[in-house]
Amino acid sequence: MSLVYAGVLSHAPGITGRADLAKNTGLRDEFYAALDQQRQEIEASGAEALIVVAAEHFANFFMNNMPAYCIGIGDRYEGPIEDPDWLKIAKTSVPGAGDLAAKITREVMHTVDVAYAEEWKFDHGIMVPLNFLTPQYDLPIIPVNINCQGPPLTPLPRAWAFGEALRGACDSVPEKVAIVGTGGISHWPATPDSGKINEAWDRDFLDRLMRNDRAALMDYDDEETYQEAGQGGFEIRTFITIAAAAGGLGELQFYTAELPIFAVGCTVAKFSLDSAS
Amino acid sequence: MSLYNTQKFLYELNRDEATQARYRADLEALIGGFDLTGEESNALREGDIGLLYVLGVNGQILMHYAAFLGIEWFDYLDQMRAGIEKYGPVRAGVYAMTGGGDSFTTEGKES
Ligand SMILES: [Fe+2]
Repeated sequence: MSLVYAGVLSHAPGITGRADLAKNTGLRDEFYAALDQQRQEIEASGAEALIVVAAEHFANFFMNNMPAYCIGIGDRYEGPIEDPDWLKIAKTSVPGAGDLAAKITREVMHTVDVAYAEEWKFDHGIMVPLNFLTPQYDLPIIPVNINCQGPPLTPLPRAWAFGEALRGACDSVPEKVAIVGTGGISHWPATPDSGKINEAWDRDFLDRLMRNDRAALMDYDDEETYQEAGQGGFEIRTFITIAAAAGGLGELQFYTAELPIFAVGCTVAKFSLDSAS
Repeated sequence: MSLYNTQKFLYELNRDEATQARYRADLEALIGGFDLTGEESNALREGDIGLLYVLGVNGQILMHYAAFLGIEWFDYLDQMRAGIEKYGPVRAGVYAMTGGGDSFTTEGKES
């Protein structure tokens, strides 16, 4: 049928792994409630598969052979690679949607030279979203990766083009497909500065994202992003891809910079799906 | 290339249970399979988070490795800070410390 849902959410490992350390438990639970709302919206959309546009953290791809973009076309995935006690998510097996993913890949290839992979291990970047969005792991997943870790990184206009290509591909298949992008905005994860968040930068980015203002979203360069938003800010690529895929305005459903133990500005949003002309 | 090899060692360890079994059974043999400097080999032998951080190992790779070693969250952050104190600033990559060693979490052990 077509794309039936588009949204974005955070994926930092602390969201599950350090849940017990959060001081502001009321705010933490509000965040979890917003994630559960997102789960319900995806279910209500009738989605038969969920594309997760992630920015993985060396679970599959390394500097020996790093794709800028990759789509998973497997029928089964394993995760998390991390110590389950650390992430507080048990190791599990997640259904894929191999045939559908291959069709989507074929379509995307008309405009973006995407890589594909039939093997894929999930790290926290996908497992944390799935933990909230499909807690029974009964929705087939199509993992997608944008390299946000090992520079050189793909330029933002290419991330936009990739989102448009994914949209075209979803609209070309008979199945109902949901898509989420998962990244961080400003954050300095996995450094001694973990917990540092540039809230003003985040809110400005989210404003551009919710307006789905392509020109304003393209107006970042990685050098500036690194200074203002940390190396975690490179993950804005996943959010930009979703804005391009959705085409419509966004609705910010949750944001806070007040849960620093999660080491990211916690975000949940959805987009209206203005059909591409 | 040597930092590359150190990261590759950790990448393979982090993602692969068979490599984790080899790590536990015969760490020396595993280390011997990679072209590493003495300093790097030692850091991996001792699980020296602080030195690996300063050498420029990508933070995500290092974080997963610290979790594999069972290091508690705030100890892991402290070990990176101690590494900088002992060995100087981060020498490569994009995971440098920018906050002067301060803690940015209001939660945790200090409360
Ligand atoms: Fe991330």
